Amino acid sequence: MKISIKDVEHVALLSRLELTEEEKQEQLRELNKILDYMEILNKVDTSQVEPLAHVLPLQNVLREDELRATLPKEKVLQNAPEEDEGMFKVPKIV
Amino acid sequence: MELFSLTIHELQGLLVKKEISAEELTKQVLERIEQVEDKIKAFVTITKEEALKAAREIDQKRINGVSLGPLAGIPMALKDNMCTEGIKTTCSSKILYNFIPPYNASVYEKLLGAGSVLLGKTNMDEFAMGSSTENSGFFATRNPWDLNCVPGGSSGGSAAAVAAGEAIFALGSDTGGSIRQPAAYCGVIGLKPTYGAVSRYGLIAYASSLDQIGPFTKDVTDCALVMNTITGHDPFDSTSANADYPDYTSFLVNDIKGMRVGIPQEYFGEGIDPEVENKIKEAIKKLEELGAIVEECSLPHTQYAMPTYYLIAPAECSSNLARYDGVRYGLRAEDADDVLSMFSRTRNQGFGVEVKRRIMLGTYALSSGYYDAYYLKALKVRNLIKQDFDQAFEKFHCLLTPTTPSVAFEFGSKSDPLAMYKQDVCTIPVNLAGIPALSLPYGLVNNKPVGLQLIGKAFAEGTLLRIGYALEQNSQETRITPILEGVK
Repeated sequence: MKISIKDVEHVALLSRLELTEEEKQEQLRELNKILDYMEILNKVDTSQVEPLAHVLPLQNVLREDELRATLPKEKVLQNAPEEDEGMFKVPKIV
Repeated sequence: MELFSLTIHELQGLLVKKEISAEELTKQVLERIEQVEDKIKAFVTITKEEALKAAREIDQKRINGVSLGPLAGIPMALKDNMCTEGIKTTCSSKILYNFIPPYNASVYEKLLGAGSVLLGKTNMDEFAMGSSTENSGFFATRNPWDLNCVPGGSSGGSAAAVAAGEAIFALGSDTGGSIRQPAAYCGVIGLKPTYGAVSRYGLIAYASSLDQIGPFTKDVTDCALVMNTITGHDPFDSTSANADYPDYTSFLVNDIKGMRVGIPQEYFGEGIDPEVENKIKEAIKKLEELGAIVEECSLPHTQYAMPTYYLIAPAECSSNLARYDGVRYGLRAEDADDVLSMFSRTRNQGFGVEVKRRIMLGTYALSSGYYDAYYLKALKVRNLIKQDFDQAFEKFHCLLTPTTPSVAFEFGSKSDPLAMYKQDVCTIPVNLAGIPALSLPYGLVNNKPVGLQLIGKAFAEGTLLRIGYALEQNSQETRITPILEGVK
């Protein structure tokens, strides 16, 4: 067992997923199976290998700092579950 | 004549000679959709009225003598993870069930500019995570060759639509095989271009360093025509490659004499259905007959590609999918009394089980204390996998493998996540290396299509199209059409 139910609860909190008890048990079972399978990677010697995050030799793609058209506010808000006075509305924070 | 069964280039000939109009063609394809869609279920959204209107506009342009390209008036479908302004785009997820994008994906802009007619948005595994469309938040798509079997995934709707005559061509996206695997299962052509060759702007992200949009078509010529339209540098996508994009049709020559084709041994034998392997060996013989030089080779890190992918892709997805929180678009849980519980309930209600699993796995792999052991390790192995390909392409123009270990499987037969993940064993290494690969039908096993995969070095799509074209011109195995049960 790589991870415990405590780990599942911690990762679920980081992931902002309110899992049911049943879902936690299923995640525990499947994640452990998958992580066991990942063990195979430890057979590869990577001590002399650089990590490859991205295949293209691109770095810091910049553009001129010029004004460009942006989406109008109505379009930005058109999908909002709740809006008020041109803003996204969420439950009380403080 | 059944217009829906023709290719882009065949239809273009009829449109140019004004033997048919784009409106007639679009109507016929829409009728075909009406006739077969209750069996296939390829579409999440069908845009009938908009399609007819767009087709009429193209006809008017043609009458007015406006110069039109080869995709003008051709009805097509887009996977439902590409943003279409004013048209619902769901990613087949409950969390985006009502999302109407305020802008177009760059690929859709390009297709609109070329005069293509959008028929609708196709079903997929939720957020492109899956290999069967069974993970769709709405319903599963069925394989036109056998309605009891999956069409493959995640772009299963696009592949099934093209195979069933519900679209002349379609676009999908491929993160670990999501174009090539369904193309193989449905008996159509599917191309995953080089990473960066097609803009990802407006493609709803799954794993950003792996995702790439590409075409589903009925033959290699059509594939080249669609590639001509969708490739190119896009300033809106910072990972778009500023390369020289050729006219892909210039590679459609029926001559592959002297071309060197490598057969990586790791893609054969254990885990591969022997009947599928036999068909692939027939294709190899055919290439030799045509004058290609075929030799065995080795990509020694192949067995590590799957675990590497299932760390990198979930890690990227856990970050990309953080934006679905019920604030700006999509689903919001009703009963929350503070922001944290609104986020967590919305996400738990909106995401399906596989998406949650990958978010959890990715979050774990990136979390404090595990980053080096899992994520960083995977990035290093990714480099070794890419180096394997770099070395192979010093010697070969292209590599040939099966696209999938078996033909299409039955619904519900891969309920274990690892068994499902293994469907992508032949396609995943290509995404990790960022290189292009073409899946081409090559005959049938148990009346279901076999997919042959041609892999090339970065930006060598033309080489793959050339070899694919030669196979197509010299073999009966590459053009196959399903006979739909109960449809005339």
